[in-house]
Amino acid sequence: MDKYLLIPLLPLIAFTINIVFGKGIIKEKAHWVSILAVLGSFVISASTFTEVLNGKIINYDVYNWIVSGNFRVTIGFLIDQLTAIMLIVVTSVSLLVHIYSVGYMHGDKGYYRFFAYLSLFTFSMLMLVMGNNLLQLYFGWEAVGLCSYFLIGFWYEKKSAADAGKKAFIVNRFGDFGFGLGVIMIFLMLGTVHYSDIFSKVGTLTGQTINILGYNVDLITLIALLLFCGAVGKSAQIPLHVWLPDAMEGPTPVSALIHAATMVTAGVFMVARFNPLFSLSEVAMNVVALTGAITSLFAATIALVQNDIKRIVAYSTVSQLGYMFLACGVGAYGAGIFHLYTHAYFKALLFLGAGSVMHAMAGELDVQKMGGLKKHMPITYITFLIASLSIAGIPGLAGFFSKDEILWLAYNHGMVGKIVWAMGTVVAALTAFYSFRIIFLAFHGKFRGTHEQEHHLHESPKVMTIPLIILAIGAISAGWFGIPAALGGSNAIAHFFEPVLGHPHVTAGHEEEFMVMGISIAAAIGGIFISWIFYSLKPEMPKNLAKKFKRIYITLWNKYYVDELYDFIIVRPMKWLANSILVAVTDGKIIEGIVNGVPQAIRNFSERLRKLQTGQLQHYGLGMALGLFVILALVLIAAGR
Amino acid sequence: MNIPFPDLRPVTPEIIMTLSATALLILELIFKNKGVLAFIGILAAAAVMYIMPASMGETFGGMFISDSYSIFFKFIFIINLILTILISLRYIQRQKAEYGEYYSLLLFATAGMMLMASAKDLIILYLGLELMALSTYILAGIKRHDVKSNEAAIKYFLLGGFSSALLLYGISLLYGMTTTTDIYKIAEHLKATGVTTTLLLSMILIAVAFLFKIAAAPFHMWAPDVYEGAPTSITAFMSVGPKAAGFAVIGRVFYTAFQNIQTDWTTILIGIAILTMAVGNILAIVQTNIKRMLAYSSIAHAGYILLGIIAGTTEGLNAMMTYLFIYAFMNIGAFAIVIILDRGEELSDYEGLAKNRPLVAALMLVFMFSLTGIPPTAGFIAKFNLFTAVIKAGYTWLVIIAVMFSAISAYYYLRVVMNMYMKEMKQEAAIHLSPSLSLAILITVLMVLIIGIMPSMVIG
Repeated sequence: MDKYLLIPLLPLIAFTINIVFGKGIIKEKAHWVSILAVLGSFVISASTFTEVLNGKIINYDVYNWIVSGNFRVTIGFLIDQLTAIMLIVVTSVSLLVHIYSVGYMHGDKGYYRFFAYLSLFTFSMLMLVMGNNLLQLYFGWEAVGLCSYFLIGFWYEKKSAADAGKKAFIVNRFGDFGFGLGVIMIFLMLGTVHYSDIFSKVGTLTGQTINILGYNVDLITLIALLLFCGAVGKSAQIPLHVWLPDAMEGPTPVSALIHAATMVTAGVFMVARFNPLFSLSEVAMNVVALTGAITSLFAATIALVQNDIKRIVAYSTVSQLGYMFLACGVGAYGAGIFHLYTHAYFKALLFLGAGSVMHAMAGELDVQKMGGLKKHMPITYITFLIASLSIAGIPGLAGFFSKDEILWLAYNHGMVGKIVWAMGTVVAALTAFYSFRIIFLAFHGKFRGTHEQEHHLHESPKVMTIPLIILAIGAISAGWFGIPAALGGSNAIAHFFEPVLGHPHVTAGHEEEFMVMGISIAAAIGGIFISWIFYSLKPEMPKNLAKKFKRIYITLWNKYYVDELYDFIIVRPMKWLANSILVAVTDGKIIEGIVNGVPQAIRNFSERLRKLQTGQLQHYGLGMALGLFVILALVLIAAGR
Repeated sequence: MNIPFPDLRPVTPEIIMTLSATALLILELIFKNKGVLAFIGILAAAAVMYIMPASMGETFGGMFISDSYSIFFKFIFIINLILTILISLRYIQRQKAEYGEYYSLLLFATAGMMLMASAKDLIILYLGLELMALSTYILAGIKRHDVKSNEAAIKYFLLGGFSSALLLYGISLLYGMTTTTDIYKIAEHLKATGVTTTLLLSMILIAVAFLFKIAAAPFHMWAPDVYEGAPTSITAFMSVGPKAAGFAVIGRVFYTAFQNIQTDWTTILIGIAILTMAVGNILAIVQTNIKRMLAYSSIAHAGYILLGIIAGTTEGLNAMMTYLFIYAFMNIGAFAIVIILDRGEELSDYEGLAKNRPLVAALMLVFMFSLTGIPPTAGFIAKFNLFTAVIKAGYTWLVIIAVMFSAISAYYYLRVVMNMYMKEMKQEAAIHLSPSLSLAILITVLMVLIIGIMPSMVIG
């Protein structure tokens, strides 16, 4: 067996072992199975990464599952630069989250189940990124969605958790419907689902149009946008972003792994993987860039006023995912994936840090009720601070380099690029502001919770803090592979990605680059400074401002009423339709008529037919003889003899 | 006249099988422990399996042929034999039916099936058929003290006799027309003479006899009663072996001897296939006894498999053979679960099994999914292969009907799953586990999953 197969297989084996033996035999030792498996995957991924670094590209079919004409369902792996970096991100973050969970989930009655699902998720995510064909991508895509559903609703006794799981699943249906159509379109138009064949043939579709309801639509644009639908759902972009904040109902390690570092980035990965297709359609590219930029700005503004620590981080994730799409949309796929990679570390760190805080605060999420945690949990504080500095874009840290790369390349991408660059810069300031709002409210000042909580405050156990420290190292150094030439670096990561993702050609000089960089640094420092004034220096200011701009504040507090809007235009009409028409008429009469009626009719028929089976031998003999004569008669009549 | 000594190489598998069966009869007097006999039986089967690929060729003046077609079927028979012995070992002790001839008869029946698959002459064919049939009649009634088992044996015997008579009638008519019993010479002869009423009559008589063996409607009526009454291990054996043998013969005789009236028998088989799928699936719904349910299910599967013959292409025949191969594992697996449970013959015995015996329930789930044809189990691959082949042969409408009946079948297979997972437990389910039974279940479940996930590793 070759080693690449082991990368996804090990977590799958761990899942099988835990789900079968977890309840009865393994119980609270379940983490060993899962951790060892993902450790194995990580080690193999790392060695694979070095192979790719040395110029090896792995692309082969493991086996054909079904072959029917030119429709081939195969399992195959494509490990190029893009996949290699994803392998590192997925296995390393997954490993750290697994370890952290040992402490976080300690004593939970679903302990073995939790680790089984984590393993299953890791398997699915690895299948998604390693596939060399669209169907495998689709399989992984749906499988990670399913695992996400299981894990959001992990505490299914809690109604809000079960509802959030359902919401995530249903909202993703909308996106995946488009995605599924896109996959079908590609197969219909190109007759293949293999990446290499798709990319070599996709050029032949240039200029072709398809007639939809009387309009001629450019075929490539249509396919790209259909695929993008899936990305919008999976990566929580406007208008399908509503599920991600609610998904925070799941255990915090899940939020860190699935809803920050890996699954939600699948959309970005997919767009980057299909860059030969997207690059052919300017319309699709602009849609991607603008969707990303608008989502980024929109989510950042909401994050400004929220009080739930996990939700702030969740909106921040939506915002940063928008950044990645913005990058893809301006053709800077490499920069987008670079940001995906640095973001995985600092965002997972933010979530795990938030989890550490919750752990100390007995599940409290409201930052207004925290304060002064700095002295009680120094490791959590320092690592959280590093993550915040990184996401804010302070020079030298990981987030700075990837964000700067995106903004610089956007700036150089014509009219649309300038617009999204401006939006991105505003977002950078907002990001710095809300990130430090958490720092000042939760970790500085005086404790504002109950005495009981204060008495209970403690630093988390080592099994939780060590992953935090490792992630902090990542949040600092992950960007050092991408130091731009203007700062004397070699931008190694851009060259690494270039064979797969290309690299936009930039003519502008270093002076301009320093200007763009300076503006974004100023934005970041400005954001942190204002945050300091608001939440440390003059704590009454935010309240006064909120009063003064009451309408804006309430709109942001209510997340632009998107949930209410959907409730009004989709959920309620659907419920009404469901209750008054579907249940009463269609379902009650027609479908139930069919669903119950057909089996009932068959049963009745069956009961009658059964009477022929009398148990009497002579009847059986007679039946045979009759059968023989009927056949004979029919054949002879048909033969006309 | 100088009669040359026949080349025995092609028949070595059959010879070993028959000699072992005879030896078992004698050894039964020596060994008190019947497990030894079972072990010898498995050894014999393994030996046969080992030498089989090397046995290609024709012998006995062209009456017997060992080709890849027959060898594939023989593999199914041997697998069927081994799995049946494995699931029988403890079970027949429990049923107080542990007679030495039990294993001997299993081997004889298998030898009969092997002869049928290799017969190039109608006389050999008939001999093989009777050897198989007589052995299974006795096996069905081997629970001598049990009235139901006796009844099953008698019914099977009388109706089986009836069908043998029809077969002989058909053969004699053919002989009268062509003055030969060699299948290939018959074909040549018939090409020259053209279609006559007598030919059609003889074809129909022969068809009916084999349709009886594969339990196709309306010649299926013995199956539910016999399957229910026979010991469960024998039910498993009968639902795979004789059925596969029947298909082997239909494939060979109809494709060669009756080549010139292919449209006629295709039309008949289409009608029979639809009726069989309908009767099997519809009547399975109302069953409360799982053995009867599986009996109707096996009727339904015979209906699907007939489509492979109807297709009239090599691809169709291959798909039919693959289907039977897969069917052997999933069906015997399901029966093995019935055997493992102390009380497992009624559908209500499965209520709440998942809480009480999660592993047993999970295994049954796999087999039920496979029988329904849900991926990634082997049952899906079997159906997919078969239906693709039939569609390519131009019978799309027939496949639509088959898929509809397949959907109906989900109702009764998944009802077992529903009983296991969604109903409350009534009583603790006791199980009888033995190493041989566990081995059989392990083999079957692995095959069902491996073929389901990696079809190309096994098929091809």
